[in-house]
Order: sequence, then C-alpha cells, then structure tokens
Amino acid sequence: MTDSQIIKVNNLIKDYTMGKQFFRALNDINLSVKTGEFCGLVGPSGSGKTTLLNIIGALDNPTGGDAIIMDKSVNALKSKEAAKLRNESIGFIFQTYNLLPIYTVYENVEFPLLLLKKNKRDREEAVMRALEWVGISDKANSKPNQLSGGESQRVAVARAMVKLPKIVLADEPTANLDAANSHNILKTLQKLNSELKTTFIFATHDEKVIGYLRRKIILGDGKVIDDININ
Amino acid sequence: MIKFLIKGLLRDHHRSLFPILIVSFGVLLTTVLYSFINGELNDLIDSNARFDTGHLKIMTRAYNTMASQMPNDLALTEVEKLILSLNIRYPDYDWTARIKFVGLLDVPDENGETKAQNPIFGLAVNLFGKNSKEGERLNLAKSIVRGHVPEKPREILISEEFAKRMNTVIGHPITLLSTSSGGAIAVQNFIVCGTVKFGAAVMDRGAMIADLSDLQYTLEMPNGASEILGFNKKNYYDPDETKIIKTNFNSLFSNAGNQYSPLMLTLEDQNELGEYLQYITVLTLVIIGIFLAAMSVVLLNTGLMSGIRRYGEIGVRLALGQSKDQIYKSLLYESALIGFIGSVTGTALGLAVSLYLQEFGIDITETLRNTSIMMSNIIKARISIASFYIGFIPGLLATLIGTALSGIQIFKRQTASLFKEFET
Ligand SMILES: Nc1ncnc2c1ncn2[C@@H]1O[C@H](COP(=O)(O)OP(=O)(O)OP(=O)(O)O)[C@@H](O)[C@H]1O
Ligand SMILES: [Mg+2]
Repeated sequence: MTDSQIIKVNNLIKDYTMGKQFFRALNDINLSVKTGEFCGLVGPSGSGKTTLLNIIGALDNPTGGDAIIMDKSVNALKSKEAAKLRNESIGFIFQTYNLLPIYTVYENVEFPLLLLKKNKRDREEAVMRALEWVGISDKANSKPNQLSGGESQRVAVARAMVKLPKIVLADEPTANLDAANSHNILKTLQKLNSELKTTFIFATHDEKVIGYLRRKIILGDGKVIDDININ
Repeated sequence: MIKFLIKGLLRDHHRSLFPILIVSFGVLLTTVLYSFINGELNDLIDSNARFDTGHLKIMTRAYNTMASQMPNDLALTEVEKLILSLNIRYPDYDWTARIKFVGLLDVPDENGETKAQNPIFGLAVNLFGKNSKEGERLNLAKSIVRGHVPEKPREILISEEFAKRMNTVIGHPITLLSTSSGGAIAVQNFIVCGTVKFGAAVMDRGAMIADLSDLQYTLEMPNGASEILGFNKKNYYDPDETKIIKTNFNSLFSNAGNQYSPLMLTLEDQNELGEYLQYITVLTLVIIGIFLAAMSVVLLNTGLMSGIRRYGEIGVRLALGQSKDQIYKSLLYESALIGFIGSVTGTALGLAVSLYLQEFGIDITETLRNTSIMMSNIIKARISIASFYIGFIPGLLATLIGTALSGIQIFKRQTASLFKEFET
C-alpha cells in the first residue's frame, strides 16, 4: 500500500442475517481510494452503497475480507478504537442531516471538538471558521427546527468539516434538497476538497451529485461493476 | 462535555422534567404511605397502651383469666407495697394502679327521681397523686368539651356523647350503681364536673373517669386495684425490654399455684395485639413491596422510553466518534442525577405531607361509629428514620436500573442500525 492510498477495501463481503436466512449485501468488493479524491459510490437503490460506506466509516463490521482505513484494519479495531478513528479522522454527512434538535447550530458544530477535548478558544475559532465555509455564521444561535433543509445540511457539512478530518463520507447528502441548494452544497464541498485536500466519498444515485464526481465507482447487486475516472 | 450534557437535560423536558416528576411522585406516594401506616400502627399501640394495656400490665392470675368481665372480687390487694417495689426494681417505668368497672349511671331530676339510667364503663385512675401522670396520659385537659377536669374527690368526667344522651347538666349530682368487690350492691353519688371526647369510639359511647381512691372506697377495695400498668418513662414502647421485665417480674412474684399472685403481661400479650402487630408489619411490607415494584416498573419503562426516543441521537453521537462506553456512562450519570433530584424532591414532599398528617391528621370519627377497636379517630402519619429512605433508595435505583437496561438494549443493536431510526 502506498502512502496516498487512504482507503483500501479487499475482498469485502457483508451478509445480513434475517432469521435463518442471510442476504449478501456486498459481494467481494475490491477498491482503493487515494488521499484527496472526490469520488462516489453510484448505483440503484439496494445496491449496497450505504452498507459499504458504513464499513468504511468503521460503523459496521464486514462479514469477510477487510477494509483498511488510514492503515488500520476495521476488523482489528475494538469498538473504542473505532470510535477514536471516527472521532479524529472521519466526518459524516447524512441524507437527513441528523442534527441534535435540542442544541443550537453552534453547539452541534462544536460537539465533535468537545469529544476531541479541544479548549474553548480553539473550539470557538474552529466552529466560526466552519460556519463561514458554509455561509451560515448568522444562524449560529438558531435551533435546527428554525432552519430550512438547505441550511440544515450546511450545518451538517460544517459539523463534518469542523475537525478537519482526513475523510468525509456523505450518504445521499442532497436527497432532501432542491436543485439550487444541492448545487450550493456540492460547490462548497468541492471547494473544501480542493483547499483542504480532504478525501470525499459519496453514496448517491442523484445525477446532480454524479455530475460533480471525479471518479464514479458503480455498484450493482453488491458488486463493483465499473470504476470510472474523469479528468 | 458535562456542560453539554446538562444543557441537554435542561432543554429536553422529556429527559429531565418528566422523569423527575414521575420519580418524585412515586417516591412521594411511597414515603407518605409508609409514614401513614407507621403512624396508624403507632397510634394503635399508643392508644391501646394509654387506655388499656399499658406497656406492661399486672393483674392477679385469676383476674387475668376473666379480665373481660372485670371481676373486681379477684383484684390485686396491697397495691401500694407492690408499686413501691416495682418503682425500685424497674425505675425506667412509671407504675400506676387502675380500677376498671361496669355499672349504671342514674341521673336524678330536681326531686331525686330517676330521669335517665344507662350502663357505663368506668375507669378509675390516680387523678390527684402529686406525681401522677394519669391525667396527662389520658389527655384529659385537652379532651374536655364542657366543664373542667376533676379538682376534688367525687368529681367525675363522662363522655360528651353519653352526657348528651342522658341530658346531664354539668355540676349536677349523678349516681353510680355497681357491684362491690364483696359482691354487694355499691351506690355512690358523684358530681359531673366535665365532659370529654376520648377519641376512641368505644369509650365515647359510654365511659366515666373517676379518681382511684373514690372507687377503692365505693367498691370496697381498700388498697386494691384491677391492674397496675407500667409505662416506659420515655413514652416509647420497647418490645424487647418489656419482655425482659415481664420474665423477670413473673419469676420473682408470680406463682402458678396461687390464683391471687400477680402476673405481668406485655402490651403484645393483650388484646391479641402481638398477632395484630405482626400482621400489620407483614401487610406493610407487602403493600410497600407491591408499591415499589409498580413504581420500579413505571420508572423502568420511563427509562426505556427515553432510551428509545434517543436512538437517533445516540447513533449520531456514535458516528461523530463517541464510544459506546462513553455514551453508556453519560446516560447513567444523567439518570443518576435525575433519580437523585426526583427522589430528593419526592422524599421532601412526602415528608412534608407526612408531617402535616402527623401534626394535624384527618378526623374519621364518623366512619368509626360502629367499631370497637380502641383507636384514635384521627388518621395520623408518623415520620420515622425509614421514612427518609423507604422511597428514596428505590426511586434512585429504579431510575438507574431502568436506564442501565434500556442502555443495554440500545447497544445490543448494530451501530449502523441505530441512526437509521433517525432517518425513519
Ligand atoms: N440491517 C439490515 N438488515 C438486512 N438487510 C439489510 C440491512 N441493511 C441493508 N440491508 C439490505 O442490503 C442491501 C443494501 O442496502 P444498502 O442500504 O446498502 O443499499 P443502498 O445502495 O444504500 O440503497 P439506497 O439507495 O436505497 O440507500 C439492501 O437490499 C437492503 O435491503
Ligand atoms: Mg443508502
């Protein structure tokens, strides 16, 4: 493995058991992602995009094979170590924003930094910077239920980016947004990718998102069908 | 981080205010229920002791076998001497003689003709002895409805209810017809100096209180008494101590071969109070147990519900890099805090309500009209040491265990499936 290969997936299998039967959601996946890529897992519903993203994010364990994230095998990680990896190196963006409803925008974005035990001044600086990146500084004291969908997703992006993670995993980030908001978010992410060299992996079937990707990993029935680089 | 969690608690009433209210309420009810049963039990012991059984009682063996008939021909003699030695041997107790009797009270009109006649139960106690606590023990001064407490010989008190029925006028003479210890008819005139409310239905229906010496004279029992009662000077019934004294006294003074030798009984030996107390104690434990179980289930459920409500939040916290251990711990801390605040509040409120019941009580005179247990007509609570923890500990534990169990439920799930809940 070379230094630039931040993610490497080898012969990955994921089975979901349902009673006595099992369903193979991922079937022998092999791929690697280099630092700074802006790529996406693309495929129809049920093709295994979310499942793969969760394993790469150390939220789920493979049934067979392995995923190496920043030189760490997810199979070998204990739950505490997995938490540490997510905490330090991975940012998540979800389809449904998943902001904590009882906390303000500021507090939501601040939360990952609390987990990293950053001091108050560093936190303040980082939170304000992240809110500026997504252009939502004026809503710092709002509650999530006072925000529009586009604003909520921008807060979620700020929360994912605030700790300057090496990897950001975004699962259908635009599914609940209109075209204008989708493009706005995607442009922001593109900009952060080129400025900060953060690696982005999307899971999507949204054409708008696909249009921004520089690499499309096409999934179908739990397999990599195609891998297209655009330069 | 702690600030972050506390902010969450304060802002989300579902995880702070509501559980605290539920815990407080459960703890409040448990505390009051316990204090109430405790108070009733205590009151039962207390009024039985004061009016009837003492903490210890001495009668002759013969009298004891027929005590319900008040056979004063079998009464104790040379009572003064006996009390003297009791005072020396058992100085922690106050020893006092009483005569119990039955008779008829006859109210004459201006011409001396019988206006009304009614059966009566009588209690003769040491009213005028300079160290006697009997007046205070029977709460005479406070129970006076009309008139005043006896100040000189031949003055008696009768129950207000009885006086009304007999149309008695305060200050007028009244005649007692009874049987002397020798079996002859005993007649004596008294003056009704006041009426009382005993607070015990059986006495209120028809009882008189007179001085011991008057009845010793009337019933021809010089230096005699139906019984000698012993009261712990600390005003507290100590079941173990009374048993020791009883055994000691009986081995020294009682003689199974002599029907007229004295026999000592404890409070629990009389009126089946011992069994009654045991029964109440078991009942108390059962009631409190059921109550606690119900409360625990409710709290457990509350814990589970709030845990389930928070699946999504927990999923996000996991995704953002908090470990399961950390989250589990923070949930436990939160619930400990909530259980503590709820239990403190509930205990405080419970003690306040109990204290109110202890001080003022609820009068249930009407509902007790037809019972014959000698108990107070006021429902009272009594705070004891257990009142402070009987609700508190289960309140705290049930909250904690509820959260602990619901937490385990959460973490049995796949991490990834947790925040799926958020999305649906
Ligand atoms: N927890 C689970 N238990 C059982 N089967 C599951 C579970 N999660 C996913 N699956 C199945 O695995 C397959 C892949 O699911 P996955 O969520 O990865 O698809 P996806 O590509 O993200 O689809 P979508 O575009 O709808 O989000 C699906 O057929 C799904 O039904
Ligand atoms: Mg999906």
